Order: sequence, then structure tokens, then C-alpha cells
Amino acid sequence: METWMPETYDDAITQSRALFEDLTYTYPREWKAKADTRRLIGYLPIYIPREIIHALDMLPVGLFGAGDRLPVVRGDAFFQSYICHLPRTVIELALNGNLDDFDGFIFPSICDVIRNLSGIFRMKMGDRYVRYLDFPQNFNPEVGGTYYRSELERLIDDLSKLNGVVLTNSALNKAIHLYNRNRNLLQRLDSIRVDRPHVVSATDFYLIRRAGQILEVEECNRFWQRVIDLADSIVREPEDKIRVVVSGSFCEQPPLGLIKTIENAGCYIVEDDFQLGLNWFRHELPADTDDPLGVLVDAYLNHSPASSAVYTTEEARGKALLSQVQEQKADGVIFCAPSFCDPALLDRPALEQSMDQNHIKHFSFQYHENLGQFHVIKEQAGTFADMVKLWE
Amino acid sequence: MNQQKQAGTIKIQKENSMLKQKQMLAEHFMALSQVRETGKKVVYTFVPGNLTELIYTFDMLPVYPEINALQSGMRKKSHDYIREAEDLGYSEDVCSYVKCDIGMMLQGNIGPTGQKLPDPDILLLSYTGCFVFMKWFENLKQLYPNAEIAMLHIPYQEAGRIEPDAVNYIKKQLLSEVIPVFEKVSGTSFEEKVLAKKMDLSAQAEDLLIEVFDSAQQKPSPIDAYFGGVYYIGPIFTAFRGSESCVDYYRELVKDVDYRIQNKLGPLTPDGYLEQEQYRLVVEGPPNWTHFRNFWKIFYDQGAVFVGSSYTRVGGVYDDGFRHSPDDPLRSLAEYCLGCYTNRNLPQRIDLLERFIRRYHADGFLVNSIKSCNSFSAGQLVMMRDLEERLQIPVGFIETDLVDPRYYSYSNIKNRLDSFFQMLDQRHTVRVTDDWLSDDVLA
Repeated sequence: METWMPETYDDAITQSRALFEDLTYTYPREWKAKADTRRLIGYLPIYIPREIIHALDMLPVGLFGAGDRLPVVRGDAFFQSYICHLPRTVIELALNGNLDDFDGFIFPSICDVIRNLSGIFRMKMGDRYVRYLDFPQNFNPEVGGTYYRSELERLIDDLSKLNGVVLTNSALNKAIHLYNRNRNLLQRLDSIRVDRPHVVSATDFYLIRRAGQILEVEECNRFWQRVIDLADSIVREPEDKIRVVVSGSFCEQPPLGLIKTIENAGCYIVEDDFQLGLNWFRHELPADTDDPLGVLVDAYLNHSPASSAVYTTEEARGKALLSQVQEQKADGVIFCAPSFCDPALLDRPALEQSMDQNHIKHFSFQYHENLGQFHVIKEQAGTFADMVKLWE
Repeated sequence: MNQQKQAGTIKIQKENSMLKQKQMLAEHFMALSQVRETGKKVVYTFVPGNLTELIYTFDMLPVYPEINALQSGMRKKSHDYIREAEDLGYSEDVCSYVKCDIGMMLQGNIGPTGQKLPDPDILLLSYTGCFVFMKWFENLKQLYPNAEIAMLHIPYQEAGRIEPDAVNYIKKQLLSEVIPVFEKVSGTSFEEKVLAKKMDLSAQAEDLLIEVFDSAQQKPSPIDAYFGGVYYIGPIFTAFRGSESCVDYYRELVKDVDYRIQNKLGPLTPDGYLEQEQYRLVVEGPPNWTHFRNFWKIFYDQGAVFVGSSYTRVGGVYDDGFRHSPDDPLRSLAEYCLGCYTNRNLPQRIDLLERFIRRYHADGFLVNSIKSCNSFSAGQLVMMRDLEERLQIPVGFIETDLVDPRYYSYSNIKNRLDSFFQMLDQRHTVRVTDDWLSDDVLA
């Protein structure tokens, strides 16, 4: 099994890329093979409480589709042309046997397509555990909190049946501690990208982060710490690029080529929501309480980000985006949403309006995960960068 | 029983139930147009998981943006409304109901009677079976900043059953979030007895509606459970459930249907009664509204009648015995919301469709896949193949949209349906000779 202590920063990127490209999920399979009780739980975007899965001796593995790395042969027979692309590659992976070693799948409640994909998995992968996890849209602890806790308790009961491991407060506290550190390391990596985007490119940062969707959390923490140490010593000259926030890509992921295209067109990506779930909470959760499950419930109710999947009528998303622009000293916003993505596309007009009201420049386009032609986007992004540089 | 009048060479027939419904709608829109004078408060809400009985308990008036949108589609207004919303930044990819509603609001919010609809006093977001509802009302809140908002989150039946925790969650939301907003805006205190009485009336109407749906067991079927069905469900899915007039409507409808049964008549179409029932179909998915009559005509011209449809269960499923109940009415409202069609998981939806196919002796199964509606559409291809395998029944697939006329292609639909009907013809032939459907399938 590969060690996750790279010698150089470039080695770290090479390792991350290999993990990203491995659609046979070698790392999870090898991890599982090390102990009889170990189980693999795949989850769809955006957020799930991975602490619970880890505490049950299971590996949470993010299933973010297969991008442009897998030809869709059977997946298209499951979804009409006007449905987003991610579920096609997820079902293709399942039908091709790439997910055969997985013991369960969790589908968070973020849209109707992911919801109905859970039904398809129930029908096609019926010998595995399949769960649509309905997050509360009521944030009153007595109402939504009680409901969410009961949902999580049911999830814990179900998962425990897969390996016979009983969840203890001690194990869950330990997991919360590990994921606190995980989020802290990610924020430190993010700071490097924000402060020195010429050192850690958006593409690199994407790959490094993506490793966090697969690696076991302790291993991931060691890896990310190592990357931080290696990145600190890199010296590169900054380029004449504008700084942008990319918004709308929290579920179906843009192809790497698209991220690179935005950068090459003259934009440093200093904030994005590509894998929002990894950093769902921006503060440390209490990790030594008698009620660690209550900690996760409280955190969800009170500290979830202004995501498109979380109900609000308070213009919180516009304010959150504006604060990202201000905090990261960004010059503008690129609204980059997958085609047919209801949550992102239905939020976009209000977000654009909010940016207009605050004189933040922006432009938008749509993509799908296996997009292969970036010429138009390069021209758009390049023109946007030139416009900002000329007029600011 | 039936009134007839001449319009050119086409006989337009109106049954008593249709006249009754027309009168009810006129009165409702009249009441909406007079809220300034009457002081009545207005609640915008959705059809699936609607809380009509509760709204009327506080003597408020409901408005359904989906119904406004579909009526805009039928009145050929939706194209302009959608363009208006797209000019504002809404993507071509998203739900056309949302865009039509927002466009209509931006162009003055003129309702189907030509009168301006009142602004909402309350936006009641009953998030049932459709994620877009949530985004829709988040957007509406920006357009109506003075409206109070009440959110009712209905968990999905992910495991194919109603979980007790979900019922409790909904009841708590009703008590802590919805009813307090209703009391505040209406100035009326909640009285469970008033609600219970309305629930009893709802149950009476639901019994009658099921009697109508079940008449499709007859041959020929006296109803069309899809195109005709959208009229049959009108009162119970919208502003009238829980009222005496709603029960009266369904009594009239049952009489109209009985008349057709006694006289061996098929369902009433825009061109008169269907004379020769050729194909009996069950359909999944909402209809297209922008070319509603043209769409319907493709079927009745071929003698195709829909004996069952999932769309007519989107505002409530009563086929498995659920009825609104005056005993613990908030619990009953919770169970109603949880049971709506698109709040059921895919295996449940398939089971219900199978039941329709068997119960109403369908010859074929059709999917009308709606571009705008992922809640319905995602998974339909799997559902279709599963039913084909289970029942060895011919299946067909067409694509349209709710209210975006750009996605209605007559020739594509006609070509696909011609092939489907040919397939059904072949099966008919086989049926005569081989009795291909076994007794248990037809049971």
C-alpha cells in the first residue's frame, strides 16, 4: 500500500492525481481488506457527518461521479438528456462493478435527482445498504433537531448491523476530534492558496482536497500536514492575474481541464465551493462531551454554510458570497454551475443581483463533468480578466 | 343531464360537474379579487402537501402558483412569462413553472380570469416531494418581501414507509411554525374542532374521487384518468378540499360518470364522447399544458383512453385507503403530506403504477417525461423498464414540458406514439389468439 508521506510537493500532486483518477477505488479496497469489521460507505455530495462512519470502523468515500474519465455507456439509458451528468457516471460505476466492494451508499437530501438516484440504487444495488439522508430544513433544536437526531440514530443502527460495531461516545468524540483537525488542515491549505495562489494552483488544491474524500482521516491529516510543510518552501513568482471566487459547483464537479482553463485565462481561483462538504463547519466542534451526537446535530442546525441545499429566505447566500469576495480580496465572481442543476441555477439570479448591488463583477457559464471543449470558457474568462484589469 | 351547444360544427358538451367546477372557480377568483374589500388574507402554497383545510380554518384564501402557471400555459401566456424570467437570469435548464410564475408576477400577476391576483400575506412553503419548491419560495420571498413565510418540511419516504419520527416532526412544525404564522396573520386562534369538521368533508370527497377513479375498471372506461383526470382532481387538489361545495362537486361527478356507464359511453373529450375505446393506458408524469388539447387529441383520435395516471395522485394518494381524518387532524395532515405521490420512493411509485395497470386492465404503459420536472422524471426510464419486465406490457416514452412551449414537438411525439400504438395493435392481435396476459396480471 502506498505511503502518503510524499518527498516533494510535486509527488504530493502526483499521488493525489492518481487517487483522483483511480475509478477502481484501490485505496478503499486495500483499506477494507486490513480488518474483518471494516466497511466502505460511499456518499454523494454535498455533506454527510463522516464522523459517525469513521467511528463505526468504516471508510466514508465520496462519490463525485467520474468526470471525463469514464465513457458513459449504460448510464445514459437511466437518465434523460435534460438531467445532469453526475448520476450517469455514478450509475455507470455501479453497473460496471467499480463499487462492488462498497457496503453501503448514503444520498444526502440536496436535490430531486440525487433523491431519485437513491431509489435507483435501491432497485439495482438492493443487496447493499442504501440510505437517503433527509436533513432537516427546520432549524429549531426542538423540532428539526429532534428529527435530525432520530435520523442519525436510525443511520447508526443500520450501519452497525453491517459490521456489528457498536458506536460509543468515546469513538465518536475521537472521530470529531480527527475531523476537527482535518478541517483545520484544509483551512490552512486554503490559506496558502488564498495568500499565494501562484504557489498552490487551483488545480493542485482541487486534487489535494479531493484526496480528503477518499483517504482515511488520520492518513489524510498526515498527508495534508506534509503538503503544507512542502508548500511552505516553494518559491514561485506571482503572475498578473485577477482573483476570483467560483460559485455553483458543489455537486457535479467541473473537469480538471476547466479549472485549469480558468487559471490559464488569467484568473486565480481564491475561493470555490467545489467540495463544500469537506469544510462544512468552519469552526472546531466540541470533542469531549457526553453527547457527541448532539454536537453533530447542533453543528448542522447552527453552523451549516449558506449552501444552496439549506433553506433560507434571509438573503444569506448573497451575504455569504459577498463576504467571501471581501475576505479573499477577490476581484470578481464566476458563476460556474453544472447544466440542469436546480439548486445552483435557481440560486444564481439572486446571487447575481446581490453582486450587482455591491458592484462586484461577475459572469456565468454552465458545464457538465465530462466537458471536453474549453475554448469558449477560456475566451469568456480571459475577457473577464482583461475587463477587470482594465477598469479596476 | 348534459347540456350541449353548437360552436361551428363541433359539439361542445358540458356535464353538470364541469359547470359546477367552473362556478366554484369563478367564485374563488372573485373572492381573491375582493380581498381588499373583505380583508381576507391570502396564502400562496403548493398542490402536493397542501394544507387547504388548515388555511380555511383561519378563513384565509389559498393561491397555487403551480395552477397559475399551468393555466398560463393553457392560455398561451407562458412563453412570454418564461422569457421574462430568463431575461432576469433564470437558466433555460430550470423548472418552467418557476419561471412562468415569476414572469407572470413581473408582468402584473394577472390571473386566469383577467383580474390581478392579490399579493400573498403568507408564503406557505410545503416542501413535499419536490426540492424545487424550496428554491421557488426562496425566490418568491425576494419578490414579496412583506409576506410572512411558513416553512413545512416534509421528509421523503426514503424507505418506502411513513416513519413515526417524520409524522412527529411534521406535527411539531405545524404547531410551532405554521399555525402561529396563520394565527398572527389572520388574527384568528386555531380551533382543532373547526379543522376536524373540514377533514371530515375532505374524506367524503376523497371517497367519491376514488369511486370515479375506480370506474375505469369498466369497459369501455367512462373516464379518462389523465386528460379528463386533471379536471376531476381540480377541486380536491386545489382550493376546495374540506368544503361542502367540494363534496357536492364530486357527487355531481359521480352522477355524470354513472350516466356514462349506464349508456356505455366513453369519457368526454373536447370533440364529444370517445366512441370506440381502442387502447387502455396507464401514464406516468404530468401532462403538457401549452398544447393540452392538441396533445389529448393525438390519443383520443386513436381511441386511446387513460385508465390510470400518476399525475392525478400528485396532490394526494387515496388509492391505498388513506383519508383525511377528523381524529387527530394534525397527524392526519402529516400523513397526507407524506403520502403524496412524488414523496414516495421509486419502488413505491412502481408498485402503485403496477396496481393501476392491473386494476384497470391496461394494455400499455406510457411515460410522458417532463423536461422541467426532475422530481417526476429522474428515474422514469428505470421505472418503465421495471414495469415492462414485471408485467410483459408494451411501454412507450415521450418527452414534453409543463409550460415551456419550446419543448413541445408535435411530430416527434406523434411519431413515437404511432410506433407505440402499432406495438399495442400487435399485442392486441396476440391477445386474441394467445391470451398473452395471464390471469394473475389481469386480476
